[in-house]
Amino acid sequence: MLDRLSEKLESIFKKLRGRGVLNEADIDAALKEVRLALLEADVHFKVVKDFLTAIRQKAVGQEVRESLTPGQQVVKIVWEELRRLMGGDLSDGKPLLSPHPPTIVMLVGLQGSGKTTTAAKLAYRFKQEGRRITLAAADPRRPAAVDQLVALGRQIGVETQTLPANDAVGVCREAVARARDRYDDLVILDTAGRLHVDEALMAELKSIKAELKPHEILLVADAMTGQDAVQMAERFHRDVGLTGIILTKLDGDARGGAVLSIRAVTGIPVKFIGIGEKPEALEPFHPDRMASRILGMGDVLSLIERAEEVFSNDQAEAAARQWQTTAFSFEDFRDQIRNVRKMGSLGNLLGMLPGAGRLMQGVSNPEFPERELTRIEAIIGSMTVQERRQPGVIDGGRRKRIAGGSGTTAQEVNRLLKQFLQTKKLMKTLSRSPGRSGLANLLRSL
Amino acid sequence: MFQRLGQALSKTRQRLKAGIEDLILGKKTIDADLIERLEGILLGADLGVRTVQRLLATLHDRLDRRERPDPSRLNTFLKTELLTLLEKKPGRFNAAAAVPFVVMMVGVNGVGKTTTIGKLAHRFKGEGKAVLLVAGDTFRAAAIEQLEVWGQRVHCPVVKHQSGSDPSAVIFDGLSAAKARGMDVVIVDTAGRMHTKFNLMEELKKMKRVMDKALPGSPHETLLILDATTGQNALSQAGRFHEAIGVTGVVLTKLDGTAKGGVVVPITEELGIPVKWVGLGEGMEDLEDFSARDFVEGLFGD
Repeated sequence: MLDRLSEKLESIFKKLRGRGVLNEADIDAALKEVRLALLEADVHFKVVKDFLTAIRQKAVGQEVRESLTPGQQVVKIVWEELRRLMGGDLSDGKPLLSPHPPTIVMLVGLQGSGKTTTAAKLAYRFKQEGRRITLAAADPRRPAAVDQLVALGRQIGVETQTLPANDAVGVCREAVARARDRYDDLVILDTAGRLHVDEALMAELKSIKAELKPHEILLVADAMTGQDAVQMAERFHRDVGLTGIILTKLDGDARGGAVLSIRAVTGIPVKFIGIGEKPEALEPFHPDRMASRILGMGDVLSLIERAEEVFSNDQAEAAARQWQTTAFSFEDFRDQIRNVRKMGSLGNLLGMLPGAGRLMQGVSNPEFPERELTRIEAIIGSMTVQERRQPGVIDGGRRKRIAGGSGTTAQEVNRLLKQFLQTKKLMKTLSRSPGRSGLANLLRSL
Repeated sequence: MFQRLGQALSKTRQRLKAGIEDLILGKKTIDADLIERLEGILLGADLGVRTVQRLLATLHDRLDRRERPDPSRLNTFLKTELLTLLEKKPGRFNAAAAVPFVVMMVGVNGVGKTTTIGKLAHRFKGEGKAVLLVAGDTFRAAAIEQLEVWGQRVHCPVVKHQSGSDPSAVIFDGLSAAKARGMDVVIVDTAGRMHTKFNLMEELKKMKRVMDKALPGSPHETLLILDATTGQNALSQAGRFHEAIGVTGVVLTKLDGTAKGGVVVPITEELGIPVKWVGLGEGMEDLEDFSARDFVEGLFGD
């Protein structure tokens, strides 16, 4: 998208080259394209309008920096403003833990926004930090909602308060009392999801709030929400007073413009984002990355960070040394593949690269490289230790055996052998700038 | 029959009507300001910026040719345009076309698949049909239990396997059982999945192949459940599901809130998938046939 956006902007600004100052007519033409991008990302149309007015004021008369083209300059202004609107540099990844535990966190939101899954993810995250948690299943109305939270709680080893049945306030009360008795750090209240026009639900939420005085009231909102996000957030904020947002289902291809609308009407911070169905699929929110996503710019920062998480410095240096020695074997190659796969699915990784979105559209099977890696691992798995260390010994007969063992063909084994040699050569060149910086440079140069 | 849809949309209608009447009031000609505000109203209904621009371009062309453009014609014009778009494909649903008639339900997470199954089953039961439910969501925690609760509510048997088992296996068993027991309608639940996940979409294709094997020609309907609060991403959802397994109709849920579900317009227009049902609440009665006329009438009022 950004590619498209910046291409369009570049063509608008072509005639501007050499003038050096952004003028109104050019900016208006550029902002028309920005408007389309924001509307396609589901930002509320009124929010878009206000936003563009602000951008216009900022941009008119600005000098185009020497290092940037006029198009890039406008994108930069837009991106910075988006980032500022979503909380600037702040990446506030956790609800504040109260000095008087237990900290009570209440989750509210529409049905289907992902409250129950998010409750389990939050619990898992704090459990990983060594905290003690109680979950409260305060949705007695949706069939099997309680069963769902209990099952998720069991998966992550956290207990769930379910009684008294059919009494949401009672369940929350009991959960908090139990957490106090057990000196837990955190209680998470999973409330019933209903449409925000449902007065009975709002009354129930208000009474839970009045009785238990939660420290945090977090709105769980679906990243795919359209224009209705404004009314939904406004209503919840007015009725129960929100302290933060958790944006869910960002693992799809939604650009998530709704978050901008929600921020605009509530002004509260986004705390976490949900990126999958598993308990660990919860991440802190980064305004800069979200700004890029809404504009369709890809997420290079996340990619680099993930790479850095997986490859520790020492590991990276050790790997770099290995690449240089001739002793580099298929065993090491397999370790590298496994490390890369630890960073997540290749489809996701590619999605973070600017421009990759368009690239991947032409590929009928976006997870093709994933499968390829599985095949490579299978082929290496079918080699003997000697073959892995000295690929030179692999002859026709061995090739056949390896192909049979891994369910592939001799040609595929051949191709891997060739690729292996090429990789070795490539990596030797690359490893001249050793370690982590080398890897980061490689990624940046993409 | 469409009273409930009318009721649910009445707030929207009031707002939109007020909006359009406000616009027209005191205006003798159609000017740029009027068009801009009209655009805002349509965008706010989630019709999507491309559809709105197309609508306005057509409007512009048509009205330009008239000597004295009359603002009061805007209303009629928009209604007719939208109606033509939505009625291009009829949303009929003939459950007597095959015995047993197999309906497959698909969609992303949290759109209301299981609830819609309950409502649909209730409706078929009301028509005197024998209905069987198949618990094809073996992934999400307590999804099977949720379907069972609905089964008890509407008095339908549920075929299930253990949580975590292969959904295609339970589907095969379900369809075989339906044939053996002489059921009229089988409704197959599937796990919610992001349309961008390749493996999960492949799993869906497999389920469909297995159905065709168990009961040749099935599924007879593949319904995509869409949440009315979803914005333009619904277009991407519909496109990907349609490409993978061929969607025959859309069920638009949660239309009883403030969201308008306008994204079904570009979906019908660009993909040719008709809306067949609308969900208007959480009770088993809260499912209505989709009527393009009522949908549009509801949006704009008279």
